[in-house]
Amino acid sequence: MQFKGQTLSVVGSTHHAPIGFRLALIQAAAILNTMAEHPGRPILLLIDTQGQQLRRRDELLGINRAMAHLGLCIDLARRRGHRVLGLVYDQALSGGFITSGLIADACDALPEAEIRVMRIPAMARVTKLSEDLLNELSLSNPVFAPGVENYVAMGGIRKLWQGELAIALSEALAHAPVHDQRAQLGQERGGRLLAAQVIQRVLDAA
Amino acid sequence: MSQNIRLSYAECSARERVSHLLDPGSWHEWLPPSERVSSPHLAQLGVPAAFDDGVVIGRARLAGRPVFIAAQEGEFMGGGVGEVHGAKLVGLLKRARLAPPTERPDAVLLLAESGGVRLHEANAGLIAVSEVMRALLDVRAAGIPVLVLIGGSNGCFGGMGIVARCADHIVMSDLGRLAMSGPEVIEATYGVDEYDSRDRALVWRTSGGKHRWLSGDCDTLVEDDVAAFRRAAIAALDRPKPLDLPSLQAEHQLLSARLKLLPEAKHEIEGDEATLLWSRLGYADAAGDAPPSPEPRSVRWTGENWPRPCSARRTAFKKTATSCAARCSSKARP
Amino acid sequence: MKQIPAGLEALDYRFAGKTQLGAFAPVLVGVVGSGNLEVLLEPAAGHHCEIHIETSARGFGAIWQAVASDFHRRHDLAGVRVSINDMGATPAVVSLRLDQAVSELLP
Repeated sequence: MQFKGQTLSVVGSTHHAPIGFRLALIQAAAILNTMAEHPGRPILLLIDTQGQQLRRRDELLGINRAMAHLGLCIDLARRRGHRVLGLVYDQALSGGFITSGLIADACDALPEAEIRVMRIPAMARVTKLSEDLLNELSLSNPVFAPGVENYVAMGGIRKLWQGELAIALSEALAHAPVHDQRAQLGQERGGRLLAAQVIQRVLDAA
Repeated sequence: MSQNIRLSYAECSARERVSHLLDPGSWHEWLPPSERVSSPHLAQLGVPAAFDDGVVIGRARLAGRPVFIAAQEGEFMGGGVGEVHGAKLVGLLKRARLAPPTERPDAVLLLAESGGVRLHEANAGLIAVSEVMRALLDVRAAGIPVLVLIGGSNGCFGGMGIVARCADHIVMSDLGRLAMSGPEVIEATYGVDEYDSRDRALVWRTSGGKHRWLSGDCDTLVEDDVAAFRRAAIAALDRPKPLDLPSLQAEHQLLSARLKLLPEAKHEIEGDEATLLWSRLGYADAAGDAPPSPEPRSVRWTGENWPRPCSARRTAFKKTATSCAARCSSKARP
Repeated sequence: MKQIPAGLEALDYRFAGKTQLGAFAPVLVGVVGSGNLEVLLEPAAGHHCEIHIETSARGFGAIWQAVASDFHRRHDLAGVRVSINDMGATPAVVSLRLDQAVSELLP
């Protein structure tokens, strides 16, 4: 896509796509192509996914490896000087997000977007916590609530895009960090108070 | 030094694995249990904390070489990664990358046993896993290899299944499992015909160590023995994998080729998909039994007579398919 | 002191003891899993054995009291703090872990 005189590569998913082995490879191919053909070109990852494809066939093929491959491609692009920005514009779940938006230089979101780890019925089954309790926690507790403002508070999302999208994109391209500052952000914003402290404690430990 | 008694890696706790894997007396723990660096999120759910939040980190020596090590405790919250657990891993990885020459490790070892994101900490866990991934890749970019050992009964799933594949080298036992989604979640979503989570043999054909070794998703396969894991880790210390454009392009070719090996439509597949995939990868006789549940068993193989990892499968596996299959079928039954 | 909300139960016991252990490196045994517990032994000032328990299995105070008293009768430790994170272990398992912890302490 053309934006203010520069070309961006746009890679992503739409319609709450499940990310399976095949789609992870398709996205990785786009990143590899950008690195090979267009050194330095910024990459915008547009995210709307229901998470990883939940099929035995994908597991057999090694979907975790395909997703790691996508993540490694994005990470290499960053190290080779491509700015990589994620934007969650509708929903993002877990595996569909970890090796896309969450491994970019930074991930922003539209205000109405939602990010989840798992849908509540499945979560209730796995954790043996009641759906009622999880639903209640999802309303009030930032650790459970899916609204992106919680991810902003925890440092996982850098910024919400409000107002003019073009202005937001310009700002993101200009200001997204190169190093992982999310633990620091989470502490500054008050949503994740321990991560940065614990990291520092490990660095300082005798 | 020969060992007469096989010590099951699967049956050991994280701390036991660390103490038996590394050179005796070399282990130094950071943020030990007495410091009570534990989760602030569990009490509200009526779940007790663990003093070390389910992960042990520190430095040690392996065959005299300095290493940093992290070991996840699978019995605590399924080894799930929460805010503090994740931060301990990130801190360890960051310390490795920033270490001055006097402290720089020759490798970082991750003894992974995890369901992935700790659901009790949901959002905090998801962000934490992603921070671990980035920190791991920073370590590799700094020239320090990362080795992952997988052999616990909980396997290595979810976000940690992705993290594992970000490392230089994976050692698995046939008891170990490496995947993204667990069989129960898939069954709950698409039914028992899609994935019967109680069919142990099916689960291991799909995600177990032997399958991952045959498909190339793990680099070394060992039996369920701490000494075997130790030997494999030592052998992997000087085998970092490059992280550059040509190597990612080669990986892309490999994965694209693999995708073509399995027909998309189920009705085109006769019999079991795993055995079909193995045969198309060049292993005609690999059988797909489940390994026995972790319990003491008589030693069938020792480290000395265990076949070496088949490097031939990476290149001309078609040529060596017969000899590979012969070796693998002798290994196929536990 | 940490606030323990409704989910977990906290219990504390304190016994005067005779076997003064002096300084020692903390000892941890066990793992917090279903039906299991972890026990941390640390040196403490004074002549007591203090036991602090946090457990998800609520309402078993009388049993914990008995287990703690029996433990103290067996070992009569002084200058020790025992901290427990419990997820529903049986009294037998609790006693086993406590004894295991002490055996790792003494030569």
